[in-house]
Amino acid sequence: MPVSTFRAEFLDTVSGLARGAASPGLALFLWLLCVGAAWAGEWLPLANDGIHDPRSRAVKILQQPREALQGLTPDHAGNQVRWVQVLEKGEIRPREKLFPQTVVQKLDLDVILDAKGGMPAVRFPHRPHTEWLDCVNCHDGLFAKSVGQSKISMFKILQGEQCGVCHGAVAFPLTECARCHSIPRPGQSKPVIPAGIDPRIHQAIGQGQK
Amino acid sequence: MKILSKLRASIAVAAVLILSAVMFVDINDAQAEYGDVVINNYSDGAGMRPVVFPHWFHRVRFRCKVCHADLGFKFQAGGNEINMVKIIDGQFCGACHNGDIAWSVENCNLCHSGKPGTPTQVHESTVQKLAQPSGAKK
Repeated sequence: MPVSTFRAEFLDTVSGLARGAASPGLALFLWLLCVGAAWAGEWLPLANDGIHDPRSRAVKILQQPREALQGLTPDHAGNQVRWVQVLEKGEIRPREKLFPQTVVQKLDLDVILDAKGGMPAVRFPHRPHTEWLDCVNCHDGLFAKSVGQSKISMFKILQGEQCGVCHGAVAFPLTECARCHSIPRPGQSKPVIPAGIDPRIHQAIGQGQK
Repeated sequence: MKILSKLRASIAVAAVLILSAVMFVDINDAQAEYGDVVINNYSDGAGMRPVVFPHWFHRVRFRCKVCHADLGFKFQAGGNEINMVKIIDGQFCGACHNGDIAWSVENCNLCHSGKPGTPTQVHESTVQKLAQPSGAKK
């Protein structure tokens, strides 16, 4: 759904909540909060993004993020674009190769990785990954080809190794725990946040999930 | 009158709540787009602005594999030792930025558009956000 409808629905829900609430103060608070959220969710113009030199003429010529990204399926993290869905739905059609001799390889195979420490198991889907990437990008450098041969750890991932080469830099960020840790253990209805971990970094189950 | 004072009180409560909410918002001085890469291996030394590479712009038009498999870009900001001789020779950026697929190298300032002195980095990376050592240069 386009961003504008998404926002409109969100605003409707919030104002509905506010009308139901007894206190006008609460209504005002909710309204201001949602205006604030909409403001914070905007893509910044290149001239104010903190890394472009505002005196460079490039900031007037280059495409602005807002222009390129505002019509795409929205997300609440990263570029605020759900890149995998955007590609699946055909909202963008990025080229697969530059050279005619390049062989495009794709694989539809899910790997389930059991996590230690009570987190839900990880489902790694090859299909969306091979839509974007080639086999050689991960194999055999970052990961071995056979299941169980790579010792994957969140410690390494958070340092920018293994999955963290992309996730946390260009693909959805590492604060989206439940997108990978998506398979509940028996008896769990949803991912359980271990004690001592800040619950703000966990995404509510069902929200933004595919 | 009673309703009015009640309204005033609730507005005051709302103001306090909003202020406390604002305090939780992480305000960075730089808020570039997620995945923007700054490359400053040689630029500062050569008197040019550092290069800003926007991943978001390029992935709308090319899949990751085009640059990271076919063209051999490593997954490391600043790790490719790109220089203008290689680009003019058709390597790295020069595979497209040749006036054929994308603009050619005489448009220096379109890539070399970063704030002078900005270090090589992947902007808004989780590592940068969560694991930045205290007192480190941004």
